[in-house]
Amino acid sequence: MPRKAQRPPTAPDTGAVPPAHPSNNTDTDTDTGPADVQHGHAGAQRPANGPGTGTAGAARPASGIGSAGARQTASGSGGLAGGSSSGRSLRERVSSAAEPAAHGPAVRGAAEPAAHGPAVRGPAVRGAAEPAVRGAAEPAVGGVGVRGSRGALHPGAWWLWALALGTAATRTTNPLLLALLVAVSAYVVAARRPHTPWSRSYGAFVRLGLAVLLVRLLFATLLGSPVPGTHPVVTLPEVPLPDWAQGIRLGGQVTAEALVFALYDGLRLATLLICVGAANALANPARLLKSLPGALYEIGVAVVVALTFAPSLIADVQRLRAARRLRGRPDRGLRGLVQVALPVLEGALERSVALAAAMDARGYGRTARVPAPVRRTTTALTLGGLLGVCAGTYGLLTAEGGTYGLPVLLAGVAAALAGLRLGGRRSPRTRYRPDRWDVRAWLVAGSGAAVAALLALASVRDPAALHPGVVPLVAPALPLWPAAAVLLGLLPAFVAPAPEELS
Amino acid sequence: MIRFEDVSVTYDGAAEPAVRGVDFEVPEGELALLVGPSGVGKSTVLGAVSGLVPHFTGGTLRGRVTVAGRDTRTHKPRELADVVGTVGQDPLSHFVTDTVEEELAYGMESLGLPADVMRRRVEETLDLLGLAGLRGRPIATLSGGQQQRVAIGSVLTPHPEVLVLDEPTSALDPAAAEEVLAVLQRLVHDLGTTVLMAEHRLERVVHYADRVVLLPSPGAAPVLGSPAEVMAVSPVYPPVVGLGRLAEWSPLPLTVRDARRRAAPLRERLAGRAEATAAATAAPADAAVPPEGPPEGLPMGPPGGPPGGPSGSPPARPPRPARRRLFRRAPAVDVPAPAFAAEVRSLAVRRGRVQALRQVDLTVSPGETVALMGRNGAGKSTLLSALVGLVAPAAGSVRAGDAVPHRTAPRELVRRVGLVPQEPRDLLYADTVAAECAAADRDAGAAPGTCRALLSGLLPGVADDTHPRDLSEGQRLTLALAVVLTARPPLLLLDEPTRGLDYAAKARLAGVVRELAAAGHAIVLATHDVELAAELAHRVVLLAEGEVIADGPAADVVVASPSYAPQVAKILAPQKWLTVEQVREALA
Repeated sequence: MPRKAQRPPTAPDTGAVPPAHPSNNTDTDTDTGPADVQHGHAGAQRPANGPGTGTAGAARPASGIGSAGARQTASGSGGLAGGSSSGRSLRERVSSAAEPAAHGPAVRGAAEPAAHGPAVRGPAVRGAAEPAVRGAAEPAVGGVGVRGSRGALHPGAWWLWALALGTAATRTTNPLLLALLVAVSAYVVAARRPHTPWSRSYGAFVRLGLAVLLVRLLFATLLGSPVPGTHPVVTLPEVPLPDWAQGIRLGGQVTAEALVFALYDGLRLATLLICVGAANALANPARLLKSLPGALYEIGVAVVVALTFAPSLIADVQRLRAARRLRGRPDRGLRGLVQVALPVLEGALERSVALAAAMDARGYGRTARVPAPVRRTTTALTLGGLLGVCAGTYGLLTAEGGTYGLPVLLAGVAAALAGLRLGGRRSPRTRYRPDRWDVRAWLVAGSGAAVAALLALASVRDPAALHPGVVPLVAPALPLWPAAAVLLGLLPAFVAPAPEELS
Repeated sequence: MIRFEDVSVTYDGAAEPAVRGVDFEVPEGELALLVGPSGVGKSTVLGAVSGLVPHFTGGTLRGRVTVAGRDTRTHKPRELADVVGTVGQDPLSHFVTDTVEEELAYGMESLGLPADVMRRRVEETLDLLGLAGLRGRPIATLSGGQQQRVAIGSVLTPHPEVLVLDEPTSALDPAAAEEVLAVLQRLVHDLGTTVLMAEHRLERVVHYADRVVLLPSPGAAPVLGSPAEVMAVSPVYPPVVGLGRLAEWSPLPLTVRDARRRAAPLRERLAGRAEATAAATAAPADAAVPPEGPPEGLPMGPPGGPPGGPSGSPPARPPRPARRRLFRRAPAVDVPAPAFAAEVRSLAVRRGRVQALRQVDLTVSPGETVALMGRNGAGKSTLLSALVGLVAPAAGSVRAGDAVPHRTAPRELVRRVGLVPQEPRDLLYADTVAAECAAADRDAGAAPGTCRALLSGLLPGVADDTHPRDLSEGQRLTLALAVVLTARPPLLLLDEPTRGLDYAAKARLAGVVRELAAAGHAIVLATHDVELAAELAHRVVLLAEGEVIADGPAADVVVASPSYAPQVAKILAPQKWLTVEQVREALA
């Protein structure tokens, strides 16, 4: 088997000890060494697509071999991590060489010579392949390939934008402004939501908002309202309540003022909910995970996995209710639901155990070895920081702590953040194509922030326009410049990238 | 690369070890196939490689398992993640993230590979597995074969030296299975990956294997050897080996190609007898005389023959003609009384935005067995669902006997049509087999004891107090079948019945189905298993994208299609032999 012989001598070593994968702290330079080598193969193998040109790479001057050797020892000094990646790099080279052949129809016939051809030549190839790294391939691959420019906007930008719109909604009770806010969010969602299952959640949030509005109106009708009114709409029979229930009213006169007040109030809450729905539809919460600090990542995964179980539970319920029908039992009604509850739970448990096994086998929860001092510092920083936050908050809230409150709070937050960051060293994880906070993200988040800030300003400068009178009843007018401010929130519909079409 | 040294595994609370005396080695770059009947501990052996046994499952492992030099006793699964990639039976329970691209990257992220390496490997893997067009798609929207490929891809990206696969093709249609196996082949040949794989459908995989590890029975030590050596003694073997054993070819051929080159004399011997069988295969569709009402003669005796043994009857046995033609009402001109057990006319079904079925016409006569075949997602399950009223037609009509399924109350419907779903466990709610049977009698309004008698007839030796969860796949399927048959539906539907069954359980199922058909049941099975279809079906209906693209006698339809032809048909083409049994009978 010539293939076995191709393996570099370092390959068996990778087996002996799990390679300590360098995290972002110490081993960075040894790490980039082999990474460069790997770039090289992508570049160097390109000629191998054509049958004849493959030798061109091998014919490179001998200086290449020398430099490759130096590189090899350099990565060797990096310890096992370096060794294992160079072992891997050979495999990669074979795979990349094999690839062009695979696209052709004659897979088996053609793939093998292509795969073996360059690799069998042994050290010469390595020497030839690697110098090419520096020449051409490195800038190209390193420059373009790494950047996570898949076009999607940073999910944090969407969340900031939506939460800012929600904040703006809390600053006003003007139904026209609130309706405008909802319209703005709806327009952006319609224009920019991706074609994914979770993007349908906007409709659910709109329905939830309407339900909140209705409940608010219902309560105002049944329980009365503290708003004094002079325009009775309807008078419900009032239920006499005992003395201890003073201040609570059941039934009685319903005034137009009370209803309008409840409507404004409910609309504000509904708008807030709809804005959160917009964030959900525009950015998958799971993608936000990528922006969590490393120390919190694993907790985040657990939460997201737990959340994604809800849809599969619903699918299970549907499947088992269908199965009840197959048994000749009625598939509707509450009893049917109760009877499938146990099998559904069993199924969910089984699935989570299977998922846990799969995640374990894929390296979830791997930890890097961290020196004891770093570990102790992490603990001290995190604990101290949290204590500082508590003390600072206490100081801010009590009368006599006004002087030390803020500085202690800030110091606590800083220490806790540093602890988190240091704690991230324990996790060797890296991020695949992390979302980048680019200009568009600034624009999107900024447009939301501008809406919030301008409405907050308006509510101070012109409270009457943003809070139209209920007593006496007046028709709300649309204040011009706050309305224009709300329209700023439309900016994402133009600057955010259009969703990709599904193939 | 993988070395087992006298390994035995005992799970907590079990009296006997699940596997014992396992001692073998898989050298680097080989594809090793783990075969054996159900319940011999194949999954345990696979789990021991990835370290999930015993770190995750509990239990005691004696002996030593080393993978790429690492001892699994001292390395947890997560510490083996960079050398072992594991894909379980159900790809859906494997996914952590929700889009294809992120799923491919997940394992590398856990291992902490640099961003540029991850990026390039994701692109390579997308190309290697033909997933480039799906990169941004949510995983939930993919078909079964695509999901299986994503699952394999997701463990390939960290470039493991060892790949462990548990039944990678059992849920896939023949074409998708070929696709997955071709990928494995490339990994072994081009990247030198070591693959250890367990699979029941040997006809798909055995010729890819470099060596076979046979676990002959529970607790028995494994038999090792080249595929041809092991297949000569194995209790489980694909049809090509069956034919080779019958014709006493030596060494045994493992591929259709090898067998074809030897088969010329056999074809000559069979030439004169081909006509008769072809005629017999086509017979039942014409010979079927529609009996009225539910068939009475359910098989109460032992099912068709001992497992794996010669079950005697060719699939072409004509159903017992029921002579009573007492129609309940006179056949009207436009509404013929149920001459067919199932009748589907220009049916269209929408599922969400997807047009799952369009313009489907299908009739099934009593006593007839019809196999529905086609790609994953072609609409087979939807058609079955429409026949039991789980989905309402968007256009066209569906009738099961004299009932319109989606308008009939479940209690009434079970007497007309019964479906054993893909996951038979869904049908079972009770804690014990006895309680399940009692509930089935109540549901169906049958005399107490009916279901239990059926079960004993189909599968002797299942204790009353067993929990349905503790049954093997085959036993559970039989229990679900007995539950469904309790209401004596004249139309019986089976959705993917052989998933996870070994050859013995499959032979038992085939015997049962054949008897049911002989007793006048109309049977529709949706299956990817070409060998099962060849053995049982009188008619084969091919579906593609929700349309019927072929409908005809089994021999004609499957022989004409390269991906749906059973091995025997490929070997003996152009003669139309479908199963080893037919050949055996013709030679006798």
